[in-house]
Amino acid sequence: MQPVLILFAHPALHKSRVNRVLIEGVRDLPGVTFHDLYESYPEFDIDVRREQRLLLDHEIIVFQHPFFWYSTPAILKEWQDLVLEHGWAYGHEGTALRGKTFLNAITTGGSEVAYQREGYNRFTIQELLAPLEQTARLCGMEVLPPFVAHGTHRMSEEEIGRHAREWRRIVEALRDERLDLKAARSQTRLNASPDAVIREGGP
Amino acid sequence: MYGQGFFYQAFVYLSAAVVAVPIAKRLGLGSVLGYLLAGMVIGPFGLGLIGEEGQDVMHFAEFGVVMMLFVIGLELRPRLLWRMRGPILGVGGLQVGLTTLVLGGVGMAVGLPWQTALAIGMTLALSSTAIVLQTLNEKGLMQTDGGQSAFAVLLFQDIAVIPILALMPLLAVSGSGMDEAAHATGGYGTDAAVQASTWVEGLPAWEQTLLVLLAVGSIVIGGRYLMRPVFRMIARTRLRELFTATALLLVIGIALLMTQVGLSPALGTFVAGVVLANSEYRHELESEIDPFKGLLLAVFFIAVGASVDFQLIQTEPQLILGIVAGLMVVKFAVLFSLGHGFKMGLDQNFLFAFALSQSGEFAFVLFSFATQNRVIPEDITAPLIAAVAVSMALTPVLMLVNEKLIQPRFGTRESTERRPDDIHSESAVIIAGFGRFGSIVGRFLRANGIQPTVLEYNSDRVELLRKLGLEVYYGDASRKDLLEAAGAERARLLVIALEEHERALSIVDTVQKHFPHLTILARAAGRPEAYELLDRGVEHVYRETLDTSLRTGVDVLRLLGRRAYTGHRSARLFRRHDEESVRDLGKMRHDRKAYFSEARERIKSLEELLLTEVDGPAEERDAGWDTESLHEEFGKPTS
Repeated sequence: MQPVLILFAHPALHKSRVNRVLIEGVRDLPGVTFHDLYESYPEFDIDVRREQRLLLDHEIIVFQHPFFWYSTPAILKEWQDLVLEHGWAYGHEGTALRGKTFLNAITTGGSEVAYQREGYNRFTIQELLAPLEQTARLCGMEVLPPFVAHGTHRMSEEEIGRHAREWRRIVEALRDERLDLKAARSQTRLNASPDAVIREGGP
Repeated sequence: MYGQGFFYQAFVYLSAAVVAVPIAKRLGLGSVLGYLLAGMVIGPFGLGLIGEEGQDVMHFAEFGVVMMLFVIGLELRPRLLWRMRGPILGVGGLQVGLTTLVLGGVGMAVGLPWQTALAIGMTLALSSTAIVLQTLNEKGLMQTDGGQSAFAVLLFQDIAVIPILALMPLLAVSGSGMDEAAHATGGYGTDAAVQASTWVEGLPAWEQTLLVLLAVGSIVIGGRYLMRPVFRMIARTRLRELFTATALLLVIGIALLMTQVGLSPALGTFVAGVVLANSEYRHELESEIDPFKGLLLAVFFIAVGASVDFQLIQTEPQLILGIVAGLMVVKFAVLFSLGHGFKMGLDQNFLFAFALSQSGEFAFVLFSFATQNRVIPEDITAPLIAAVAVSMALTPVLMLVNEKLIQPRFGTRESTERRPDDIHSESAVIIAGFGRFGSIVGRFLRANGIQPTVLEYNSDRVELLRKLGLEVYYGDASRKDLLEAAGAERARLLVIALEEHERALSIVDTVQKHFPHLTILARAAGRPEAYELLDRGVEHVYRETLDTSLRTGVDVLRLLGRRAYTGHRSARLFRRHDEESVRDLGKMRHDRKAYFSEARERIKSLEELLLTEVDGPAEERDAGWDTESLHEEFGKPTS
């Protein structure tokens, strides 16, 4: 089993439609630690030692958040700045995170079409996630394509429910090492065709 | 009722209650049934410990019903009462009308003259306010649809007694009893309240009406403008018994006034209760009257139990039981079809129909009145009265059957938790003490759309805050009954914001004993007070000067030229360490006590405090923002 750490950031969860449902499916899974950053650190007083201990205790590290200005909500940036210390996460002696797996789980208001060269946002999701990808790589982590729920503005309750089920399935597969990493890397997003990357069967 | 006789009676009644009710409760039968059974046991047909005077006791104890309606009125704001006008007039009116018709029809079918049949129908149509409301309250069903509808019907019946009493003499089969009408128009509770003749006696009808309107008007206006300054004055004396006396005086005074003008005293006190429902003394009044109400009702139920005429039942079992069965089936059928017609849910409809299917204490008054007026001959009222008593005693049993056997069949049973918020003002948060500290908490909560219930002991302050439009009640929050009246059973959080530490501790003790589900957030002056609260297991303790002092410190740093964000973060860190150290030192304090004197302990604590300051912040210096180590690894910047 690969313990999963979900670092969740949403500054106004009460206004959220999609993320609220997405986290419901995964927050109580065994082997998964759900960590709500805005709830833990309402004053941004991030406890660096505690966060580092959490990272050490898990193998799969997930940033789950809405895609704000092509990036993370503010507290996740603060978290990176403070927790990923030189000499601990990177640098000659910074090897704490080496070999772990990192991925993003994001929601975007715009549709998948909007995130194309010729689309409204002019870059693909993977291009826009480059800073986060490189941060993880600098810390020696493997990076997987993101889980993306596109088009949240117009998403129906049904679609939200389907995304939540898929996200739960992917997290379970990650935990139980049933995710075909090679197949996954060839995808633009993990939930493009979940059946292609998840091996069914008991853990 | 005096001397030894009184003590003897009180002893018998109280021991019956003390023995029977806990047993009944343990068996899941509810207190009302317990009292009724106790009454049957000690009554003239049981052990014979009390004799025929049970009837007199019952009339006296009916005053408990008057008090109960006062308390119910206190919980019902005028606006809500107005909203209930539909059910009261619609369901209530139809219930009384239809039941009267059907029961009267049955009476005529068995060969009674139509006048007698009508009188019996009207009388039996009325249900027992005391038993129904007490049982519903005890089961926590008052706020359900069925409970609310039952209450509306009972309220209408209370009003209907007046025209019924007026009508009775007109139905006299032979001769006229007109003159006697005025004597008994007080409805129940009158025997104890007044023996003399009433004011309305002998007056022409229009003057009577005028007097009645005047009396009700004076209750409304007096309750609104006169009672508050009076209660404020009484509260300022800080003598609790004086407040109790005033509350009792109010209820008794209104009952007396109502009787004098020929109205039901229960109705009068109910109106007074509704008028006072918006007052800041509402919770205090409620908790003062409550014990009296409870005791009197208990005595009343025992007396009802004692009055069940087993001798008559034995001699004519078929007749009595036949009347009981017929009566309850007819009432149930009418109620159930009304509930159906008014689109009540099936589960609620069962509750509603079972609750009201008996005849009530009104019947005792009305039947004796009807006999006096020669409307109904005595040989007919005797079995009817016995049947009414049996039907009253059966009600808690039927409610139990409904609860245990019928309700479980419904998946849709309305949960008692899903209470509409505006039925009562009870909120999730109670704030005890609304001085410098509590008022800020309260204002902040209101700014976030949460209406706390506030309890404040200083009556002048209460007055001021009410003027500002806040929901503030007068009272000492360390009293269990007052907390209860303020809705402690349904609230989630209690903020203890009192300045007086000792009183805060006694509130903590009360709450932990009686309302363990409440999460306490407590104000503490400083460390010693915080320790005592933590010792009692209060997790959320707020030292009143900590945050303000730190903000001052932050500003000092800023004015000295430090960066704002650095100062802010440093204060946050300091506070966290300080809170941790309070908790750690609080625990250590106990081990020490045996060894150190109080004074040495303080010094030691302070030492330890200073030491944590030195170690504390050093362990965390936001290394992620510090480029020192990067320079070491990748080379210094060229300058």
